Amino acid sequence: MEEERRVSCIVCPLSCVGDVTIADGKVKTVAEFGCPRGEAYAREEVIAPKRMLTTTVRVSGGQLPLLPVISRQLLPKDKIISCARCLANVTVSAPIKEGDVILSDILKLGVDIVASRDLDAI
Amino acid sequence: MHEEIFDVVIIGGGPAGLAAAVSASDNGAARVLVIERDRELGGILQQCIHNGFGLHRFKEELTGPGYALRYIKMVEARSNITVMLDTMVLAVAADKTIVAVNSRDGMIKITAKAVIFTMGCRERTRGAIRIPGSRPAGVFTAGAAQRMVNMEGYLPGKKVVILGSGDIGLIMARRMSLEGTRVEAVLEIMAYSNGLTRNVVQCLEDYNIPLYLSHTILAVHGNGRVTGVTCAKVDAAMRPIAGTEFYLECDCLLLSVGLIPENELSRELGIEMDGRTSGPVVDQLRQTGLPGFFAAGNVVHVHDLVDFVSEEGEIAGKYAAWHANGKMGDCGCLITVKAANGVRTAVPQVIRAVSGNTEPVRLYMRVEKPEKNVTLAILSDGQVLLERKLRVAKPGEMIVVDLPVENIKKIGDDITVVLKH
Repeated sequence: MEEERRVSCIVCPLSCVGDVTIADGKVKTVAEFGCPRGEAYAREEVIAPKRMLTTTVRVSGGQLPLLPVISRQLLPKDKIISCARCLANVTVSAPIKEGDVILSDILKLGVDIVASRDLDAI
Repeated sequence: MHEEIFDVVIIGGGPAGLAAAVSASDNGAARVLVIERDRELGGILQQCIHNGFGLHRFKEELTGPGYALRYIKMVEARSNITVMLDTMVLAVAADKTIVAVNSRDGMIKITAKAVIFTMGCRERTRGAIRIPGSRPAGVFTAGAAQRMVNMEGYLPGKKVVILGSGDIGLIMARRMSLEGTRVEAVLEIMAYSNGLTRNVVQCLEDYNIPLYLSHTILAVHGNGRVTGVTCAKVDAAMRPIAGTEFYLECDCLLLSVGLIPENELSRELGIEMDGRTSGPVVDQLRQTGLPGFFAAGNVVHVHDLVDFVSEEGEIAGKYAAWHANGKMGDCGCLITVKAANGVRTAVPQVIRAVSGNTEPVRLYMRVEKPEKNVTLAILSDGQVLLERKLRVAKPGEMIVVDLPVENIKKIGDDITVVLKH
C-alpha cells in the first residue's frame, strides 16, 4: 500500500509544502521541499511526528491556582492528548521552583514534566 | 500624598519594562523604578505558557513564564531597581511627575528625570470590529480566555468558534483542545493566515480544526449565553457574499482580531503618534518627540518576537539613563523614515544623525500583504542606501534590517523604505 501525504514545512518562514510517499511504514519519495532540512523534517513528520507539551496542573496553597508545566523533551504526537489528560489529574503543593519535576516518566514514555515558573506559597 | 524621587521610571513591568530597568541600571541610572499594575512582574508572558520564546536572546526555546523569570531574576539582582506591584499610573505630566495609586500607599507622587513607556498593547474587542447580533455572555478576546485557562483555572466554553487566525487565536485553539473543549472552526477574513505556519500545523492541523480563510462572522446568536454564530465567505473587498452563509453552534466565541498599543498616557501628553503603528513616533534611541520620554516594545509597535521587545527595552533603558545623567548631548539633525510602496510600517520613524554615532540603526518593518521574491530597498535622495532580497515577506513577520553607520552619513533629509518587484 502506497500512501501520499502533503506536508507543510515549519523549519523556516518560506513554509514549503511538499509531498511524501510512504509504503510499508517507510518513506519512499520526498518532493517539492526547497532544502535538505525541509526534507528531513518531512521524513520525520510522516513517520514519527513529535511535539512538546505545555499545559497546566492544579496547585494547592499557591499564589495562583495553576502552575504552567512543560515536557522536558519531545513526546510522540499521538500521545499528547493522553499526556494532557493524565496531567489534568495532578495537583502539586506550593512553593514550586522552575524546573521542579512535577511528573517523572509520564505514561512511561521516558519524559519528565517540569514546572516552567516559580510559584510561591500564599 | 506619599512622594518619591527616581532617576528613571518605567511604566509597565512586562518584557519591555524589565529589559529597560536592567539596562537603565547597568548604564548608570542611580535609582530605577518599575510600576506594574498586576500582582507580579512579567506582563503577558505569564499567561503564554507555550514554548518558543527566547530563541534569539537565550538560544533556547523557553515558555513565556520561563522567559519572564530570567528577566525578573536580573531585576531582583540589581539593588537600585525598585518595583511597585498592584500599582496603577493615573497621570503623567510633561514635567515628569507621575501620579499613581495602590492599596498600600494610596495616591503616590513620583518625580522622575526620565520616563519609559512600556505599557504593551491591548486586544481589539467585538466593539472594535462591530459584529452584529445579540450580546450574550461567552464572547471573549483570545487573550482574556488565555488568562482564564492558563492562570485562573476557568474554561470559558465547551464548544468554541475562533474569529481571527493570528498566533494568539491559533495557540488558543490548541490550548482549548488540550483542555477538552471542542474547537469547531477558526475563521479568517483575509485570504491567508497571519499566524506562523508552525502554529497553523501544530495548533490546527494536529487537532483537525478547520480553518476557513476569507470568512467572517455576520451575527452572534443567543439570549443570555452564545448559542451560535452565522458565518459567510467574503469577496476580495471583504464584503460577505450572499448565499454563502452557514451556522455554527457554539457556547463560546473567541476573538483574535488584532492588537492595539496602549497609549492613553502618551496621548494625554500630546506626544506625536504614528497613525499606522498606533504607537508614538520614536527615534533610534527610542526617545519620543518629548525629550526625556522614551518608549519600547508593543506600546511602540506590535512585535511578533519577545526577543525584539527586550532589545527595544534595552535601548530605551540605556538612553533614559543617559538622559537622567545629562549625557545625551547634542541631539543632532532629524531624518524621517517613511514606509511606502508595499511597506506598511517602519520603526524607528525618526533617525537622529548624532555626530560621533558609531552604532548601526536597526529598522523594524512590516509589509502590507504577503509577497514572494521582492526586494526591500532603503532609499534617500534617490540613492539606494541598502537593498535586501526577500524570497518571502508576510505581514505577520517583522523584517529586521541593520543600517550601517557609514550609510547613515550619506543620508539626505529623509529615508523611504519600499518594496520593489
